[in-house]
Amino acid sequence: MAVVKTISAIGHRIVDTVWRIGVAARFFFLTLLYSGNCLRRFHLVIKELFSTGVMSLIIIIVAGLFVGMVLGLQGYETLKRYGSESALGVMVALGLVRELGPVMAALLFASRAGSAMTAEIGLMKATEQISAMEMMAVNPIARIVAPRFWAGVISMPLLAALFSAVGIFGGYLVGVVQIGVDEGSFWSQMQAAVDFREDIMNGIIKSVVFGTVVTVIALFEGFDAPPTAEGVSGATTRTVVTSSLAILMLDFVLTAIMFRGA
Amino acid sequence: MPAPALVEIRDLNFTYDKRPVLQGINMTFPKGKLVAIMGLSGCGKTTLLRHIGGALKPTRGYVKFDGQVMHELDAKGLYLMRRKMGMLFQFGALFTDMSVYDNVAFQMREHTDLSEEMIHNLVVMKLNAVGLRGAQHMMPSELSGGMARRVALARTMALDPMLVMYDEPFAGLDPISMTVIGDLIRSLNDALGATSIIVTHDIQESLKIVDYVYFMANGVIVAEGTPDELRACDTDFVRQFVHGEMDGPVPFHYPGVDYRQALNLRA
Amino acid sequence: MERTTLDLWVGMFVVAGIGALVMLAMKVGNLGTYNVSETYQVHAYFSNIGGLKPKASIRSAGVLVGRVTSISLDTERYEANVVMSVDKRYQFPKDTFANILTSGLLGEQYIGLVPGGETEMIKDGDLLKQTQSAMVLEDLISKFMYSKASEPAKEESK
Repeated sequence: MAVVKTISAIGHRIVDTVWRIGVAARFFFLTLLYSGNCLRRFHLVIKELFSTGVMSLIIIIVAGLFVGMVLGLQGYETLKRYGSESALGVMVALGLVRELGPVMAALLFASRAGSAMTAEIGLMKATEQISAMEMMAVNPIARIVAPRFWAGVISMPLLAALFSAVGIFGGYLVGVVQIGVDEGSFWSQMQAAVDFREDIMNGIIKSVVFGTVVTVIALFEGFDAPPTAEGVSGATTRTVVTSSLAILMLDFVLTAIMFRGA
Repeated sequence: MPAPALVEIRDLNFTYDKRPVLQGINMTFPKGKLVAIMGLSGCGKTTLLRHIGGALKPTRGYVKFDGQVMHELDAKGLYLMRRKMGMLFQFGALFTDMSVYDNVAFQMREHTDLSEEMIHNLVVMKLNAVGLRGAQHMMPSELSGGMARRVALARTMALDPMLVMYDEPFAGLDPISMTVIGDLIRSLNDALGATSIIVTHDIQESLKIVDYVYFMANGVIVAEGTPDELRACDTDFVRQFVHGEMDGPVPFHYPGVDYRQALNLRA
Repeated sequence: MERTTLDLWVGMFVVAGIGALVMLAMKVGNLGTYNVSETYQVHAYFSNIGGLKPKASIRSAGVLVGRVTSISLDTERYEANVVMSVDKRYQFPKDTFANILTSGLLGEQYIGLVPGGETEMIKDGDLLKQTQSAMVLEDLISKFMYSKASEPAKEESK
């Protein structure tokens, strides 16, 4: 009996998950459908860009600098064995532009801005602000969800680009300024190996996808949260966990599609 | 009552999860009047308000507002109807990410093409009516409970609605704020020529200001009448409710197994 | 917060983000040096491409002029068919020689173009007939060992 119980529990979880994904997808399409209003009144998006983008700047810049510095240090130690320290720039740049920039920025974004979005919307629901808006004949998806969605989608690639740029600067600081790798080969080899379309554009596409996914998860969890204190805190945790896993899984899928040929 | 009805509820039934929440409700809300719906917590008052707002579909019967049956409207028609209504939520439900000024201006910006200058004048007028003109730059988190309720009242009145619904407007307020809110509800209703529905269990405060009262218990109307009629009424339920007696038709004990059995005592 | 301060911050954020993107494109990537869009395609057969990979650079006199687009095995000739896209700004004669070369001893492989003397220029889709395959280190070593073995053993006679 215990086996049957376990199997049916697994089945229940799967059915539940698929159902939630379906609801989230419907929520996503509604958000796109009702986006017209906030794109016409763009200051609504600008207000949200402040709380998602600008407020995430410090964490992104600091994290990017340190990740780049670590890459510089570790990369140098490894490349030294093969006598190709001059390829340090390539390693740091490709690592950041292709993978670490989009992924790390998205993970930080999920825990900084995503969780804040979930908590904010969950609290709006708990304090009946969303019902109030509906009673005022204002569609809450158009007025609350859509501006935050677009702010997330716009700020994510910018944050990822900043992360990569700052990270490359960090790698430069450690590699060239501190260790003394030749500055010319650091930059020229980097430029020769990093392709704009293959590497940088693909990195940007990745970060746009991550931005969309993280924002939709955060907004959906907030909108779907039970209107209680435990409900909101549970939803906030779920936002961070779900979106982190989604980022890493999607990163694998996107990498497999984009860079398999190379 | 001679005044024509703004809201009519006829034979309204609503079943949630096979549990009947509302059963055969008939109510009439004449234009310009202040009507209270009273009853215990969980007797279906809020559900009733949600039906009037068109947020729920009745199982049987209908709610007619301004000549239209609410649950037959499509989403667009429903939104148009809701523009003629205002609702004050239990704890105000002010938008926490906006200042007091922006909260009151919210509907004007969403639904009208008024210039910012016009909106400014209107907002100041509305805030002045509730005595909070000086608080326009504060954020909702900086307000006391009574002030927040007054701001929410100003916001509800922003577009001069035909019908205003109040969901527990007195909940959690000190006696002074309670009187202030009560007086404001009455005076604003009369000044704007609106119709008001107050859902509450604060009987003493509301009997002072309303024109007519419906008493609800377990999803049905158990008594109705003007405040004076109810004070004089000697139905068990109304007496228990009006005078706040502990035991009566509404039992103190939640139904459960026999007390002696629960204590594991052998009889 | 005041609307103008908010706008200012968001503006700064967007400018910084776009600045980072431009910096990545120009200073880190190859957009500043090499324009991908204006290219023409040529192809060539090699009997052995060694470690050549798609996206490997194509150089002439050491200058980057294009990239390898694709590599496939032609099953009629059993030779590698390498498709290259070359920058439109650089035109080469029809009898240009394509060599697979290695940058440094263990570096990555690239295609070197050595122009011939014809006056007619190569066109989009043309074949480069004269090619030289990659040097494979193992072949080189075995050649060296055979030649050593066939030489008279001077060392031992001393």
